Amino acid sequence: MTAPLLYALAGAMLCGIGLFGLLWLSHLLRKLLAFNIMGSGVFLVMVGLPQHQGGPDPVPQALVLTGIVVAIAATALAVVLIRRYYHLSGMTSLEGDPASREGGAE
Amino acid sequence: MTLWLMAGLLFTPLAWAVLTLLTDFTRGRLVTWGGILVQVLVSLGLWLVVSRDGGFYYALGGWQAPLGIELRVDGLAVTFVLLTAVVASACGFHAGVYIDPDKPWHRYFWPLFWFLWSGLNAVWLGGDLFNLYVGLELISLSAVGLVALGGKAGALRASLRYLLAALLGSLAYLLGVALIYGQFGTLSIAGIVFWLEEHPVPAGSSLALALMVAGLALKTALFPLHRWLPPAHGIAKSPVSALLSALVVKASFYIAARLWLELGEPLGNLAAAQLVGLLGSAAVVWGSWLACRQMELKQVVAYSSVAQIGYLFLLFPLTYSVSESVSLQAQQGITLQVISHALAKAAMFLAAGNLVLSTGSRRVDALTGVSRFLPFSLFSFALAGVSLMSLPPSGGFAAKWLLLQASLGSGQWWWVLVLLVGGLLSAVYVFRICRASFLESPETNQFYHPHRSLEIIPMILALLSLGLGLVSAEVLSVMALPFEEEGSP
Amino acid sequence: MTLNAWIPVFALMTSLIASLVIFALPEKGYRLRTAVNLVAALLKLGLVVVMVRGVFLGVDYGVSFTMVPGVTFVLKADAFSMMFAGLSAVLWLLTTIYAVGYLEDSPNRSRFFGFFSLCVASTMGIALAGNLFTFFLFYEMLTLSTYPLVVHRGTETALKAGRTYLIYTLTGGAVLLLAIAWLHGVAGDLPFREGGHFIDADPDIHRSLILIFMLLVAGLGVKAAIFPLHGWLPQAMVAPAPVSALLHAVAVVKAGAFGIVRVVYDIYGVEASSALGLLEPLSWLAAFTILYASVRALRQVDLKRRLAFSTVSQVSYIILGVSIFGPVAAVGGLVHLLHQGIMKITLFFCAGNYAETLGIHRIDEMDGAGRRMPGTSVAFTIGAFGMIGAPPLAGFITKWTMGSGSLAVNMDWVVVVLVFSSLLNAAYFLPVLYRLWFREAGVTWPHERHWGRLETSAWLYWPPLLTAAMTVMVGVLASLPFSPLSWAELIMLREYAP
Repeated sequence: MTAPLLYALAGAMLCGIGLFGLLWLSHLLRKLLAFNIMGSGVFLVMVGLPQHQGGPDPVPQALVLTGIVVAIAATALAVVLIRRYYHLSGMTSLEGDPASREGGAE
Repeated sequence: MTLWLMAGLLFTPLAWAVLTLLTDFTRGRLVTWGGILVQVLVSLGLWLVVSRDGGFYYALGGWQAPLGIELRVDGLAVTFVLLTAVVASACGFHAGVYIDPDKPWHRYFWPLFWFLWSGLNAVWLGGDLFNLYVGLELISLSAVGLVALGGKAGALRASLRYLLAALLGSLAYLLGVALIYGQFGTLSIAGIVFWLEEHPVPAGSSLALALMVAGLALKTALFPLHRWLPPAHGIAKSPVSALLSALVVKASFYIAARLWLELGEPLGNLAAAQLVGLLGSAAVVWGSWLACRQMELKQVVAYSSVAQIGYLFLLFPLTYSVSESVSLQAQQGITLQVISHALAKAAMFLAAGNLVLSTGSRRVDALTGVSRFLPFSLFSFALAGVSLMSLPPSGGFAAKWLLLQASLGSGQWWWVLVLLVGGLLSAVYVFRICRASFLESPETNQFYHPHRSLEIIPMILALLSLGLGLVSAEVLSVMALPFEEEGSP
Repeated sequence: MTLNAWIPVFALMTSLIASLVIFALPEKGYRLRTAVNLVAALLKLGLVVVMVRGVFLGVDYGVSFTMVPGVTFVLKADAFSMMFAGLSAVLWLLTTIYAVGYLEDSPNRSRFFGFFSLCVASTMGIALAGNLFTFFLFYEMLTLSTYPLVVHRGTETALKAGRTYLIYTLTGGAVLLLAIAWLHGVAGDLPFREGGHFIDADPDIHRSLILIFMLLVAGLGVKAAIFPLHGWLPQAMVAPAPVSALLHAVAVVKAGAFGIVRVVYDIYGVEASSALGLLEPLSWLAAFTILYASVRALRQVDLKRRLAFSTVSQVSYIILGVSIFGPVAAVGGLVHLLHQGIMKITLFFCAGNYAETLGIHRIDEMDGAGRRMPGTSVAFTIGAFGMIGAPPLAGFITKWTMGSGSLAVNMDWVVVVLVFSSLLNAAYFLPVLYRLWFREAGVTWPHERHWGRLETSAWLYWPPLLTAAMTVMVGVLASLPFSPLSWAELIMLREYAP
C-alpha cells in the first residue's frame, strides 16, 4: 500500500463516519460536527491522493485552504441558524412537529 | 471592452453586497436598483459581444489555471447570465416593494441577494471544477440565509434542512473533484477531455463522476432527494422563492449537465444514464401528483418545481450514445426548459405572493372569488401555468417538442409518455388554482389590493416565458455559436 | 415581404389586439368595449372578404418563420381555410352583437369579451394555419381561451363542466401532440398541400402512418365530439348562450372537424388515405355517431342539451362526407361545415332568447312561446327544418349532395344512415315546434322580462333572424358563385386534381 492511497482511504473512512453521523444523529449540533468530520475526510483525500513527482502537489494545498474557509463560513451560518431555531422553538432537532406551526400571511 | 464587461459582471455584485451590508433596508433598496441597472447593462453587453464574435476563455486578472481562475464565456453561459439578470432584477424590484422594511433583520436581504447573484455568475462562467464548487457554496449559503429571513421557527427549520442537504451535496461533489484531480491532475473540464483523448480511462473515474452527479442531484432536488425543497421554497418570502426555484436549482443542474455532456460518454454508462432519466420521470409524476394535493398555494408551486426539475434530467439518457442530431435536439430542449421554467416559475411565485398578500391566507381554498379582485395577478399565474403545462406557444412547449423529437428519434419512446403525462398532471394543479379563484362565494369580499408594480412584474416574466416559444430558434442560435479555442489548456 | 403576405397576420391580429384592449378596459367602459368589439369584428370580416376574393383569383397569402429548430410557423390562406375563416368572421360579428345584449347586466364582462375575442383569434389561427404544428398551436390556444368562458358563471356546475371539458380536450391535445411529433419524425415538416404528401409513400412507413392517423383522429375527435369522445359537449351547456352558440356552431367542434379534413386531404391526401384503408373505418365511426347522438337527443328534456346532442350528430356529417372516397359526397361534407354552423347558431340564439326573455330552459316549458315571441320562434322553426333537411334549406343541400355522392361510389348504406338520421331529427325537433306553435301558453312564464316594442332586446332579436335568413339563402342560392356549395366544389376540384 502506497502512502497516497493510505491517505485517500483514511479520508474515505472519515467521510463515511461523517456521512453516518449526518444521517443518523438527530441533534443539530452533532449533525454539524459530523459535517465537519466529513469535510476533513474530503480534504484529506484531496491533499493525499494527488502526488507530484517526488513530493506533494501544491495545487490541492491551495484548494483545501479555500475549502476550509468555505467550511468555516458554512459552519458559522449553521451555528447561527441553529441557535436562533433553538430560541424560537426550543428544539434541537428537526424531527417532530415544531411547537409553533405558523399560518397566515407572510 | 470585454475586460470592462467581465470586471463589471463579476465584481459589481460583490461590491454591492458589501455596500448594502452597510445600509438599512430602504437605502439598500436604492443602492440595489443602481446595481441592477449596471448588471443588466453589463450582461446585455456581454451577450451582444458573444453573439457577434463567439465565445472565448478569459483568465481572471491574467493568472493562468490551475492557480488562477479561468472563465469560459460561451453562448450558453452568456444566455444564462442574461437570464439571471432578467429574473434577478425582476425579483429585486419585486422584493423592494414586497418585503416589509420595518423588520430589522430584513436589511440583510440585499447583501444576500447580491452574494447569490455573484455566485450564479461564477457558476455560469466557471471553467474549472473547484471554482464551480466555490460558486455553488456561495449560492447555497446565501440562499439558505434568504430562506431564514422569514424569521419564524418554520422558516428556520426549513432553512436548516436546506443547509444540511446543500452541504452534503457539496461535499459529495467535492469528493468527486478530489478523486478527479487525483487521477487526471487537472481541474479544468476541458483539460480532462484533452487528457482522455490521449490516455485510456483510469479505473474508478466513473465513481468520481457518479459522486459529483449525485451531489449535484441532491442540490437540484432530484427525486428521491427532493424532500428539502418544498418546505424551503414554500415558506420563503415570495421573491426569494422565485429566485430559488428559478435560478438556484438550475446552477447545480448546469454543472451536472456540463459534466455529463463532456465526460458522460467516456466515464458514464447506459444503465446510469437510464437510471437518472428514470428518477427524473419519477420526479415529474410524483412531484406533480403531490402538487395536486397540497393545501397551500405556494406549496403547490414548490412541488411543481420538483416536477419540472425532473424533465431536466432527461438530458442524461437522451444524450448518451445517441446520434449527434438527437443529442443536439435534447440539449436544445433542455436549455429551453431551463430558461422557460426559470421565467415561468419566477412569475408564478411572484404572482402567488401577490395572491397570498391579497387574500391574507396561504391556503388554496381562500382564493374563492379572487378572480374578480385580482384578475391581473391571477392572469399572470395562469400564463406562467401555460408554460409549465408546456402548451403552445410557450417556451415550455418548444422545449417539450424538441424533447419529444429527441425521444422518438433515439427510439426511447418511454420518455414520450413521461412528457405527455407530466403535461397533463401540471394542467391539473394549475387549473385547480384557477378553479378555486373562479368560484363565486357571497361572503368573501375582503381583499387587500397590493401595489400596482407588484402585479406588473410577474406579468412581464410570464409574457417572456410565453413568448420564448416564438423566438426559440433565435435564442438557441446564440448558444450554437462557435467557440474560439485559444487559451484552452 | 409584400402587403399580401401580411393580410392573414392582420386578420389574426384584429381579434388578438381587440382581446388585449378589452382586458385592459375597465369593467364599466360599456360603450367603448362594445365599439372595440364591433370595429374589430367588422375589420376582420373585411379582411376575410379581401382574402376570399384573392384566393379565388389565385393570390398567395402567407408568412412563415422558423419557430423551433426544424419546425416552421406558417400562416397562409387557401380555399379551405377561407371557408372556415369566413364562417368564423361572419358569426363572430353576429355573436358579438348578441352577446352584448345577452350579458347586459352580468358581472365580469371585460373578462368575458376578452376571452371571447381570444377564442375567435384562435379560430382564425386554426383556419389560417399552414401546417400541423401551427394548427396545433392555435388548437391548444382555443382550449385555453374557451375554459374561462365555460366556467364564466362561477357556479359549482359550471366549474364541474369546465373540468370535464379540460380533461377531455387536454388529453386529446396530448394525443394530438404525440401524433404530430411522431409524424414530424417520420416525414419531416409537412405543409398543408392540396393532394397530400403520401400518395407514393414508402411501404416501410405504412404501419407508422396508419398508427399516426389513428392518433390524429383520436386527438382531433375529442373536439369534433366523435363517439365515444363527445361527453364534454352536453356538459359544457352551462355556459352562457353566446358561448354555446359560438362553441357549438363555430369554434371548438368545427376546429376538430376542420383538423380531420385537413389531415385526410392536405396531409395524407385522399387517395393515400383511401389506399391505406383509413377512410372506411372513419366513415363507420361517423355514421354511428350520427345515429347514436340523435337517439340520445330524443331523450333530453333540457333544450340546450338536446341541441348539444344534435350538434354531436351533425358534426359527424362533415366527417362522414370527407371519409367517403368521392368528390361529390366530400362536397356535401365540406359544405356542411358552413351550413351546420349557420343553422346551429340560429337554434342556440333562439334558445338563449327564450331563456333570457321568458326564463325557459326545458322543453316542456315552451308551450305557446311562439305567440309571445314570434320572431324568435320563426327563426327557430327555420333552423329546425334546416336541420331536418327540408328543401330548399341549407340542410337539404348537404344531405342531397352527400346522398347522391355516396350513391355514385356505391356506398348505398350511407343513404340509409342519412334517411334514418333525418327521421330522428324530425322526431326530436317537431315536438318542440308543436309545443311552440300549437299548445296554449300557461298563465305565467318562469321569469319574464319586457323590452318596449320588440318581443326581446333588439341586440337579441336581430341576430337569429339574420342567421335564419342566411339558412334560407344558402339553400336557395346554392348554385350562385361564392355560395358555400360552389366554394366547396372549388375546394374539391383542387383536392382531387392536384
